[in-house]
Amino acid sequence: MTDLLLAPGFFSSGPVRTALLVGGGAAVVSGVVGVFTVIRGQTFAGHALADVSSAGGSLAFLLGVNPMLGFLGMAGIAAAGMEAVGVRRLRGRDLATGVVFGAGLALAALFLYLATTTTSTTGAAITVMFGSMFAIPAATGRLAAVVGLVALAGVAAMYRPLLLASVHEDLAAARGVPVGAAGLMYSLVLALAVALSAITIGAILSTALLVGPSAVALRVTRRPGQAMLVAVLVALAATWLGILLAYDSFVWTPGHGWPVSFFIVTLIMAAYLLAPRRA
Amino acid sequence: MTPLTVDGLGVVLGGRPVLRDVSFRVEAGEFVGLIGSNGAGKTTLLRAILGFTAPSRGSAHRGTVGYVPQKILLDPDLPVRARDLVALGLDGNRFGLPLPSAAKRRQVDEMLAAVGASAFADERVGRLSGGQQQRVLIGHALVRRPALLLLDEPLANLDLHSAAGVVALLGRLCREQGIAVLLSAHDMNPLLGVMDRIVYLADGRAAVGTVDEVVRGDVLSALYGHHVDVIRVHGRILVVVAPAEELAEPEQHATLLPPTAR
Ligand SMILES: Nc1ncnc2c1ncn2[C@@H]1O[C@H](COP(=O)(O)OP(=O)(O)O)[C@@H](O)[C@H]1O
Ligand SMILES: [Mg+2]
Repeated sequence: MTDLLLAPGFFSSGPVRTALLVGGGAAVVSGVVGVFTVIRGQTFAGHALADVSSAGGSLAFLLGVNPMLGFLGMAGIAAAGMEAVGVRRLRGRDLATGVVFGAGLALAALFLYLATTTTSTTGAAITVMFGSMFAIPAATGRLAAVVGLVALAGVAAMYRPLLLASVHEDLAAARGVPVGAAGLMYSLVLALAVALSAITIGAILSTALLVGPSAVALRVTRRPGQAMLVAVLVALAATWLGILLAYDSFVWTPGHGWPVSFFIVTLIMAAYLLAPRRA
Repeated sequence: MTPLTVDGLGVVLGGRPVLRDVSFRVEAGEFVGLIGSNGAGKTTLLRAILGFTAPSRGSAHRGTVGYVPQKILLDPDLPVRARDLVALGLDGNRFGLPLPSAAKRRQVDEMLAAVGASAFADERVGRLSGGQQQRVLIGHALVRRPALLLLDEPLANLDLHSAAGVVALLGRLCREQGIAVLLSAHDMNPLLGVMDRIVYLADGRAAVGTVDEVVRGDVLSALYGHHVDVIRVHGRILVVVAPAEELAEPEQHATLLPPTAR
């Protein structure tokens, strides 16, 4: 019976440990950044960034370099580009948004096709889009740790200006906040969060980790700092529990398990549906 | 330093001169009403004073400023309490994480009390009523004791009772703390008891002076460039702008109130 809930070897497995560490890092960063995403009403930008970054991850597979670098590069370029064009103006332009970010996915499709036909890398598409948490190389883990720490340091440094600018840009500008710089900073931190999520639960699903836990947090608390704490806890719980369940699923269905991402996103969805409207 | 000096200010938006030549000053402890109908350029003038919009001519010089923007729509689910927003008025531009401080908490509590917002200090700002939200925004703008307070149509969308409360609060803060207040409104009547002077905007220009000096048929007719009647009834002032062309419909002027309004 206990084998069904905690299959043998969970804590001694190297890939599991890497998954717990990198997944945990992605959860912490996504929880913190996601609260700003939700306050700013820019869920769409997070998703768009993820779509574009999937092209970077796919290109990395094609070229045989670390996928994290691909995700990071494309997400960073997309973030800077969106700031330059003006995210707020983009927001009202569904068509432009759909076309531009559809192009990101089209590139991803091309690179993934070339990768599977020329290098016989099977599973690249699944890894880029939906993640392969038990197959994260240790080197990627170290890079992810650096990325996560940079993102958290950035948010800590800009916490108040970013919060005020996210509540209302004119209030922030009148209070002496460089609103443009704060927006750029946010977009870059968002790019880091998306890249981190992309290597764990995949580019397509990264928005779920970004936005879901924050949506839960906004129901449960009315204070900004607490909201970030709750979002981090929900994201961490969903990620770690998801990893455990996926590991256990190898016992449930011998021969193959179920994807980690499926469990994580389902758990986040459940938390959102069950969260009490307390505050 | 004078809290606000506006000198020959002009602003062009979308190729059209919205403000042509506006000059006035606001002294410490003075309450000035910025009056004009919709589209007269009140918001444009305030944004130029804030430095959000570059002037095409002239200049605006000011001291430290607090600002209450027009028509703020805050998400009801925003995880920000009234006291959080006031605290951000104090140090929202600072880098680093906010550390808990007894002195800061006292300052925020005092400001919340001064604007009559203590009772809902721990509510989400987005869930407050219009009048409550205005009080919190005024607290946010004033908590670091600026020389100048700019408010853009803070009485719009408030019921008569809430509007009277906000006006009394602003009048008191202006006198007691020596703050220079510039408040825009399309209806001057709720402000008649507190305004020291008026800046009346029309056609990109301003008439400046006391209400009795400015709100007169001859002065406003010259400002609008065509005939204007000023009618005083029951202590209220109605400005009636004649149709610009013979056949045009009478302009629905904002200061023309229905007879039912007290
Ligand atoms: N960004 C803009 N581009 C072009 N015209 C503008 C812009 N913003 C405002 N206007 C025009 O400037 C005029 C004054 O606007 P505004 O300052 O908002 O008036 P008020 O606040 O007195 O109602 C209006 O005719 C408005 O249409
Ligand atoms: Mg206006």
